[in-house]
Amino acid sequence: MSSVVIDDVRKSYGGVEVMHGVSVDIPDGSFVVLVGPSGCGKSTLLRMIAGLEEISGGTISIGDEVVNDVVAKDRDIAMVFQSYALYPHMTIFDNMDFSLKLRGLSKAERKERIDKAAGILGLRELLDRKPSALSGGQRQRVAMGRAIVREPKVFLFDEPLSNLDAKLRVEMRSEIKALQHRLDTTTIYVTHDQIEAMTMGDRIVVMRDGRVEQCDTPLNLYDRPANLFVAEFIGSPSMNFVPGRFRHEGAERWLETEDGLHLPLPPDAAGEEGRRVVYGFRPEHLVLGDGLPATIELVEPTGAETMVLLKLGVAEVTGVFRERIVEPEGATLEVWPDPARVHLFDPDTGMRLA
Amino acid sequence: MTAVDASRNAAARERSGLGVFTQDALLQIFLIANTFIMLFPILVMVLNGFKTNAEIFSSPFALPNFQNLSNFEAIATGTSFVRYLFNSVLVTGLSIGFILILGTMAAYAIARYAFRGSGLLLLFFIAGLTVPLKLAIIPLFILMRDLGLLDTQFSLICVYTAMGLPSTVFIMTGFIRTLPRDLEDAARMDGASEFKIMRSVILPLARPAMVIAAIQNLVPIWNDFFFPLVFIQTESLKTLPQGLTTFMGEYNTNWGVLFAGLTLAAAPITLVYIVLSRQFINGMTSGAVK
Repeated sequence: MSSVVIDDVRKSYGGVEVMHGVSVDIPDGSFVVLVGPSGCGKSTLLRMIAGLEEISGGTISIGDEVVNDVVAKDRDIAMVFQSYALYPHMTIFDNMDFSLKLRGLSKAERKERIDKAAGILGLRELLDRKPSALSGGQRQRVAMGRAIVREPKVFLFDEPLSNLDAKLRVEMRSEIKALQHRLDTTTIYVTHDQIEAMTMGDRIVVMRDGRVEQCDTPLNLYDRPANLFVAEFIGSPSMNFVPGRFRHEGAERWLETEDGLHLPLPPDAAGEEGRRVVYGFRPEHLVLGDGLPATIELVEPTGAETMVLLKLGVAEVTGVFRERIVEPEGATLEVWPDPARVHLFDPDTGMRLA
Repeated sequence: MTAVDASRNAAARERSGLGVFTQDALLQIFLIANTFIMLFPILVMVLNGFKTNAEIFSSPFALPNFQNLSNFEAIATGTSFVRYLFNSVLVTGLSIGFILILGTMAAYAIARYAFRGSGLLLLFFIAGLTVPLKLAIIPLFILMRDLGLLDTQFSLICVYTAMGLPSTVFIMTGFIRTLPRDLEDAARMDGASEFKIMRSVILPLARPAMVIAAIQNLVPIWNDFFFPLVFIQTESLKTLPQGLTTFMGEYNTNWGVLFAGLTLAAAPITLVYIVLSRQFINGMTSGAVK
């Protein structure tokens, strides 16, 4: 077990820099999720930690050792690949045994470790089979088994669940999380699925275009996104944004949208008269009753809640309500954003206004 | 049922009925005829191996008396057949060994390591496919003479290895490129050295392609007559195709003995071929990666 410190790491291909100084501290035993849209550099960062990609600048340390010049095989890190990368010509036992044999462990110890891992993951009956005879979920477990038998310093997961069906994905999600708690090994997990990120990570690193946008606990990301990108990326359906300006009149303060609607500001919001802001609120923080008239464009009931696409002035916003919406499309609803849970952003920099 | 459905069903019946039958039948007839054309000369060779010269000339296509093994006895006792066979096995075996080892290593490097000139290197190997080596016989002869390799089996092994490398590198590079890179990365993470990755991960997975490369080179090398004829003088170093010519006299030839010799010469390669193609088929069906 070890902490991982990523300090101002850069990556260039040819002369083109694709990662622009990424710094993340990963404490010993924590579960950190790297999340972001495809092409944001999360997999590249993971492969640099693994030692499969060269580091163009900055340092990566595992434990207290800078590993920039340590080759992958000597870093003592285990990785679970998206394609699982099981050795197709070896049985499940041999797949897990491969790394142990390379380290010259005794036969008895190898057998004991594999047996223990197989027990944890429910693979005991499959040890004699080849990977081609297993289902997707079983292969996923073998890939994890291959990682845990090694008892490495760090686990890396590269989108391990993206080849599974939806139900299995939810199951494996909690299994991986439980496993990590049990083994208490530092884990870095890459995904593009924000639900996976929110449910699994102790901390989440949101990346875009080779930069870290925000690094925080899941709920902090949700409650206090640092900028427009994180606000939009975290949460499903994503946050509504309405551009507008601050207005004061005595003690009264509100936001005036471009088409003249008045929206309530959070109690701590401060800003000079006429300042342009982006007003953001999550669909689930739109409440029914006594507020602004909005026209229903589309109703999508999911049973537990109802998702409604509304026209609020000229802006299209989404609302998610616990109440059943029985009004037909085209009817008018009165809605109100919960002012305590409104987010304000600077329209030019995209940064959160305190 | 709508009209569209009806016509679609009719079309389906048409396809599954007479049309497919005629097509399949024609294909079968063609394949059977082809098999016959291919096998007939081999059959004649084997049958005539059991006949005397007189029988061969009077009834070349008749079934022989299979108890008459005198031709085979003559080969075993009266000729250096066993010596030639040993030489052929030695030369072919070592050549194929070198071709596979060198070819696979070169192909792995070209397919996997990004280095300057890897594309050119592959082109250089492939260019070898276009050069008929026999055209270079005089420079080759001079080269072998200067290296002092004339009249040694090593000269043959060198030439055959060079001859087999282009196609092998071509086949293996193509195949290794289709193997998922994640496997190598996984092995690297597991703590394997580059050599260990090659030996424990790439080689077992590349076996089907190696069998193809081996079969592809085996037959021409085994059957080659030209290079031994030029390079080898010593009787005890001759390979089978070259040695068998000693069975043909200037004025009279014992055809029965020659056919028996040819049968024996073709037998090992045929067996190897059958065994390898089994393996090849197994490899194709069991290796499924994902």
